Formats: sequence, C-alpha cells, structure tokens
Amino acid sequence: MTNSIREIGNAACILAIGTNTTEAHPVIALEIKKAVRQGGKLIVANTREIELVQNADIWLRHRPGTDVALLTGMVKVIVDEGLADTAFIEERCENFDDFKESLKAFDLDSVSHITGVPAEKIAEAARTYATNSPASILYAMGITQHSHGTDNVMAIANLAMLTGNIGKPSTGVNPLRGQNNVQGACDLGALPNVYPGYQSVADAAIKEKFEKAWGATLSDKPGLTVTEMFDGAHKGTIKAMYIVGENPPLSEPDANHAIEALTKLDFLVVQDIFMSETAELADVVLPAASFAEKDGTFTNTERRVQRVRQAFEPVGDAKPDWWITCQIARKMGINGFDFESSAEIMTEIASLTPSYGGISYERLEEGGLQWPCPTPEHPGTPILHAQQFSRGKGHFVPLEYKPSVELPDDEYPLLLTTGRSLFHWHSGTMTRRVGGLNDLLGEGWVDISPMDAEKLGIAHGDHVKVSSRRGSVPARANVTEVSDEGVVYMNMHFAESSANVLTNPALDPVAKIPEFKVCAVRVEKNSN
Amino acid sequence: MGEITLTIDGQEIIGDEGMTVLDVAKRAGIYIPTLCYHPDLAPYGACRLCIVEIEKMRGLPTSCTTPANNGMVVQTKTPQLQEFRRGVLELMLSEHPHPCLTCWRRERCGPFDICLRNVDVTQRCVLCPKNKICELQDVVDYIGIADVDLPYTSRELPVDRENPFFERDYNLCILCGRCVRMCQEVRGIGAIAFTSRGSESLPGTAFGRPLRDSDCKYCGACVDVCPTGALIERRRKWEGVAEDKVATTCPYCGVGCQLELELKGGRIMEVIPLQDNDVNRGQACVKGRFGITEFVHHPDRLTTPLIKKNGGLEEATWDEALELVASKLSGLKKDEVAVISSAKCTNEDNYVVQKFARTAFGHNSVDHCARL
Ligand code: SF4
Ligand code: SF4
Ligand code: SF4
Ligand code: FES
Repeated sequence: MTNSIREIGNAACILAIGTNTTEAHPVIALEIKKAVRQGGKLIVANTREIELVQNADIWLRHRPGTDVALLTGMVKVIVDEGLADTAFIEERCENFDDFKESLKAFDLDSVSHITGVPAEKIAEAARTYATNSPASILYAMGITQHSHGTDNVMAIANLAMLTGNIGKPSTGVNPLRGQNNVQGACDLGALPNVYPGYQSVADAAIKEKFEKAWGATLSDKPGLTVTEMFDGAHKGTIKAMYIVGENPPLSEPDANHAIEALTKLDFLVVQDIFMSETAELADVVLPAASFAEKDGTFTNTERRVQRVRQAFEPVGDAKPDWWITCQIARKMGINGFDFESSAEIMTEIASLTPSYGGISYERLEEGGLQWPCPTPEHPGTPILHAQQFSRGKGHFVPLEYKPSVELPDDEYPLLLTTGRSLFHWHSGTMTRRVGGLNDLLGEGWVDISPMDAEKLGIAHGDHVKVSSRRGSVPARANVTEVSDEGVVYMNMHFAESSANVLTNPALDPVAKIPEFKVCAVRVEKNSN
Repeated sequence: MGEITLTIDGQEIIGDEGMTVLDVAKRAGIYIPTLCYHPDLAPYGACRLCIVEIEKMRGLPTSCTTPANNGMVVQTKTPQLQEFRRGVLELMLSEHPHPCLTCWRRERCGPFDICLRNVDVTQRCVLCPKNKICELQDVVDYIGIADVDLPYTSRELPVDRENPFFERDYNLCILCGRCVRMCQEVRGIGAIAFTSRGSESLPGTAFGRPLRDSDCKYCGACVDVCPTGALIERRRKWEGVAEDKVATTCPYCGVGCQLELELKGGRIMEVIPLQDNDVNRGQACVKGRFGITEFVHHPDRLTTPLIKKNGGLEEATWDEALELVASKLSGLKKDEVAVISSAKCTNEDNYVVQKFARTAFGHNSVDHCARL
C-alpha cells in the first residue's frame, strides 16, 4: 500500500475494486465502514454483490476482466469534464499528452458495452471519485490475478495520478495483500529477479555487494518463477525442489499439472507444519515450527514490519524454518549460515537492504515500523511518494483493453471467478483443522445466479460438477443473487473441490500472475 | 487542540479540549468505576456508575458523557457518590448472582473449596470463567457492598451454545450494551440488538434466532468487550486465569493484526486482539480470534522428520534427514534444483531461504506463491 490502514477511515471517497474486503481483509473493511459512517463516499466495483455493496453509494457491476475499460472510462470522463488535478499532473507527472490521446478508444458507449455497466453510472463514479478528496483506491487479487493484471494496476495508478490522489494522507493506490507475509517474502528477495529490498540481480554493483557480503559467486540472470519451475519439472530440466511452507497443488492454477510435475521430480524436500498435499509427494518431509513457536517478523500489507514472538517450544522435534535451511546449507558446506537467532538474521538483512536499514528487534519492541526505514533514526514511512515518485515523475501509461484469455463459449458457457472466504485461509492447511471454522463452512460451494440455476435445473444445495478445459471438481450449488447471471464463483480453500483444478494458467506477461479470476466452465447436476 | 486544566480530587490535571471528564481522569490514572463505557464506543451514559461531583454543576453528572472544561473542579469519590453508586449497583445485582460478589473470602476461594455460605454452584464466582478478570467484581470491590438488600431473581435463561466459538449466558448480563454497540458501531454488522424477552430487554438476535441465521461474522468483538461472564469463549471456560501472555502478529491475512496469546501450561488458551497499535486497534476477525489455538496444537502437526522408504514416509532423525537432503542436493547439477519459499513464513525465514538458493546453487531460481 502507498498509504496506511488507519488513514482509510478518513477518506472522503473510497474506490474498492477487485476486493471483497469484508471476507478477505476483515479488519480493513472496518476502516471502510468507518469512512462511510463519517460521510465518505464508497464506490464498489465488483461483479458480485459483496457485503460492502450494502454500504456503497455506487456499485459498478462490471464483467470480470474488464477493469481496464472501466477505470480508463472513468479517467476519460474526468479529463473531458475538466475534473483532473492539472497542477499535480504538471508538477509530478509525465507523458500526459500521449496518454490523453489514448483515451479516444474509451468513450462511454464502448466502455459501457464492454463492462456491462450503464454509461451514466460510470460517469457518476468518475465524478464522485474526482470531486471528493482525499480519495483512496483499494484493490486486491481481483485486479492482479488476470492475464492483463499489470495493465489493471497501471489503470488504477493513472486514475489516482490524474486526480492528485497520491502522496497525501487517506489517498493512494492500495493493494491489499493476501497472505500474512506476501509483502515480506517479496521484500526479502524470495523472487527470481531481485535480492532483498528489490535490488535487481542484473545490476552489477548490487551483485558485487551481495557476493562480497555472502562470500559466494552469484548469477546476474533472473531465475525461474514458480510456474516456470513446474514447467521445468514437467520437461525434466528441474530434477529437485526444496519447498518451504507452500502447497502448490492447491494454490497453483491447473492443479493437476502441478501434481504431475511434482511426481516427476527425482527428489522433493518439503518443509511444513502439516502433512500437506505437497508433503505427501515428498522424499523428505521436515517438520517446521508454527508462528507461535518461533521468533521473527512479518511485514503487513501497509509495509509495516511487526514482531512474531515465540510463546512456547515447538511441538515434538519441529524447528524454525530458518534453522532448518541453515542446517541444510551447513551440511552442504556453504558458508554464511551460522545464525544463532532470528534477531541476528535481521541484523544481516538491515545491513544489506536499504529499505530495512533502520529496522532492528530493539526498535520493534516499541511497535511496528513501515519501510522505507533506512536508518536507525528514521521513523518509518506511512505514506509513499509524498515528495516524488520512486522513479522521479509519475508516468501515465496509455492502455488498451484486452479481453481475458478464456471466455465462455457454447461448450463452457459460464464464467468462473474465484476468491476467499472469511472462514478459511489460502489452501486451508491451517483453517480446515479448526473445528469451528469447518462447522461454519466445511465444503466447497459454487455460487450461481437464480437465472442460471433455473436454466440448468439446479436447486440450492444440489451436488454439482463444475468442469473446465483442465478438469472437473464436485461442489454444492449455492443459488444466490450475489452472483451475476453468467458468472459463477468458488473459493480456493478446499482440496476436494479445488477451484484451481479449473482455473486457467495463462500468465500476465510482466507479473507472471495466473488468470485465477476468469475462466470458462460448465456446471452440471451430479447424478449421485 | 487546546490544553485545559481540571482539578480532580484536589489534583491539577491537564487534558485536551474535546475530552470527557472520564478521559482526563483516566489519563491521570484516577479510577472512576465504569461499566457501560468503552474507549472504542461512543459515550452511552447508561450504567450511571461513573458519576462525579462537579462544582457549579447541578446533580451528579456521568463523567463518561460530560465534556471536560477548563477550570472544572471535580470530585470522584465522596460519600454521597459512593452511596449513590451502591444504590445503582444493588439494583444491577438483584439480577446478577451476587453472593460471592459480597463475600469477603472471594479472592481466596478455590473451585474445590466447600462454600461455607452454601452458595449454589451456578451462582459462584469461582466457577465463572471471568472470575478475577471481571469488571463487575472490580466495581463491587471499589464501591464496597456488604450485602444486597434486594433478593436475587434469576432470569432462568438457557445458556446459548449453538455457535462453535462462544457461549452466551444472559443470566450474567448487566445490560451495559457494549456488545450491541460494538457489533453496530465498530463492526458495522448489527447482528445483535436489545430485544424484549419477557418483561426485560436483553441483547440478542432478531426474534431470538440462532446466531448462525443472523449476520454474525464471529469476530468475537462482543466477547472482548463484555465486562462480565455473559459472553465468553468456550475453549477458555475451564482454564481460569492466564499464566503468561505473548504479543505477536496474526499468521493469516496481510492485515497483520496484533494479537496477544494468553498462555497456560505451554498452550494457547485464548487469543485477544491488542488495543495499542495502528493496525487493528482491538479488533480481529474470526480466523485470528478463534482460529489459531486449534491448528497450533493440532495432533496432525508434523513432529519429526520423515524419509520416504519402501513407498511410504517413515520417521527419521534430523541428522539422517539433513544428511540425505544435503547429499541429494549436492549431487545434482545446480540448475536442476529449484527452491520455493513461503509467504506464510517470517522475513527471517525467507531471507535465509533465498540466500541459500542463491549461494548454494549460484542461480536465482527462488520464488514463492505470492502471485496466488
Ligand atoms: S461476533 Fe462479531 S458479528 Fe457476531 S455478534 Fe459479536 S460482534 Fe457481532
Ligand atoms: S452481554 Fe455483556 S456486553 Fe452485552 S449487554 Fe450484557 S453484560 Fe453488556
Ligand atoms: S485477525 Fe483476521 S483480519 Fe486480522 S490479520 Fe488475522 S486474518 Fe487478517
Ligand atoms: S460508564 Fe458512564 S454511565 Fe456507564
């Protein structure tokens, strides 16, 4: 997030797009409701009638995958009606003229046609966003998990820059990250193209810095992404994998492909707290300590580094993940893995990662710190881009609307979109072991509109089969108006009704994020 | 905001404009008994325990609703106030079991002690999960009540146990309204409201339906603000008082709520959202509030390394497992190995994993499932 959670409640306008906040980020939803209580306007853009719609002033029910058209349509209204923040654009941004040219393709009629949202509603949303400042945009994986996810994010940035809603309190472009420490995993370089702190592996000076610090010879070529690793395993170019705390068969698109890839490996090491679907396939399983049994830090969605504290000894022979990895490295004779505590690791992180430079366990005792926090005296950074953008000027990017890769057709007539439920989390390894949560939601349901259900002769609670070009899974039908006609919805948490057996692995070319939010399916009543 | 000066119990105290008399007193560490007040809720003025005397003001204003003004002279514990509070409290206690509340031995009474006053088990504080962390006890102790003149009439309501996480025993409810206001004002849900039951108005769902059929999200915020044993987490029911507490970060979503693990006997007994931070400020959701204990202490947890032998996974020592991993990974060509790290693990874990991938194999094929 460019801004902080606690600022959201003071926004005069919030655009929540591609986020079902009350389910996936419940405590941030409280801030949205607070803003509404204080008179702020709420615009919800979502194909589903999510809970927040009840609190919204405007609900844009756009077709899944048409975000670029919707957002750029709003941009055009703002420009045409003279509502843009010209001073901000002049001073802080570049490429506005080219960008303005590109808006020609986004006249309201075409946009309305693509998105399925009435033109007047789009215009109203645009005016509301442009004239109520500060305005904050919140988005989640409903924006990023598309073959054109990067374009979606840029469309959001264009809208925010156009209205000067960047760098000030209660504004900004605010991605809500899914897992507890996605932010931290990225920050700390668990990515194939960057070292900790987003320092490029291709940069010679950076490489030299790390080679010197780590006493090793490093590569300047970006490595493989998860999806490419699985392709490699299929082809036989990847022969061994060391998987720490992940369960790809449930979280990868095209789950069957992922399972096949894992079984083809010569050697698979899995480190986890439970016997996951992935661990079942392993040659060696290493028992890890849970978050309550180890020290460390997580970085939340607003870039705040916060302490995780050990409450008791790990169960049985389980060990903290960092300890296990260090032991493997030492047994392999690799230097630089003699850490005695997680605090010591943080010291090394701070010494090599400029944005974490001022972070230490000592300071974290006083509360979390938001990076960039370059020095021990720095108070942390609640708001990014306050004076200038990281790259200097904010660059307006002309965009084109690109349809999703796989759209409904005769054979697979419904559009499937996926998401998360309040009661479970990610692949369910933890929450599905909690009796009360299973009691409240214990199986995979597919949400389907009453119109579609009637056409298919499906009643609420029926056992159905959902199929796509990649596979099929059983589920129970939840006939609900929350789903728009032609759109069905499933959660990702249930191994036995894994939505990701169905989803399309088509990748965004830049972010390499799969298109989880749109694929074509067929729903049939299950005879048994 | 301007500064103001008040004299409370003869002490000069500085406050900010916009604060209530109660806020200023609290800031100075002066205790005024309260039950319906909660820092996250709008002032309510219902229980009337927080009354004070203010010079030049008539009557006994409730400090939680009275704006603090410069120059106010306030008394918080005069005999008149205490007498008045006693009256209010007695009325409240006529509907809440109270023999133990007025017993001098309460602090020392253990669950297996025989009660010399023959108090019914259902009425004994020592058997209430809130014993020793109950705000009603605190208030009674502060005001001092030797005996309650009015007899106790039980509401004789069944305890509601139909939801998986908390129990609702409205026999212990003192009608402070905090749960109702929390659900409405902060959570924006309104699953519960004051509804009439017999001659009385009590918190509950519309038409007394089960919580399951209401809009309840099981966030537990109502449980956290209940001053008595009326709303309690089921798991902690027989656990008593925590031995230790550890502040940590929720392991579920990216909000990163700050939570306190209450511990007893090396186990988590309850998870309470922390108040004093900029992230969740006393709030959480069902996963963080009720969904942690069971998975951490689940019998399915992996407790020992496993090695595949004869088609199955068999228990092994750390040495065996680590040796095997090290030798297998060393035996392959470096670019045949790929490493996947985790968005669930700590920053330190991730740092070590990527350092390992990059230094051991000399390439950058390390990633995690963030995109998903
Ligand atoms: S658990 Fe949360 S949603 Fe349910 S009644 Fe209590 S405060 Fe309301
Ligand atoms: S249930 Fe608890 S919080 Fe709610 S009104 Fe009764 S005593 Fe107050
Ligand atoms: S308590 Fe709920 S909202 Fe808070 S971090 Fe945990 S999962 Fe997210
Ligand atoms: S606390 Fe002031 S009236 Fe209840």
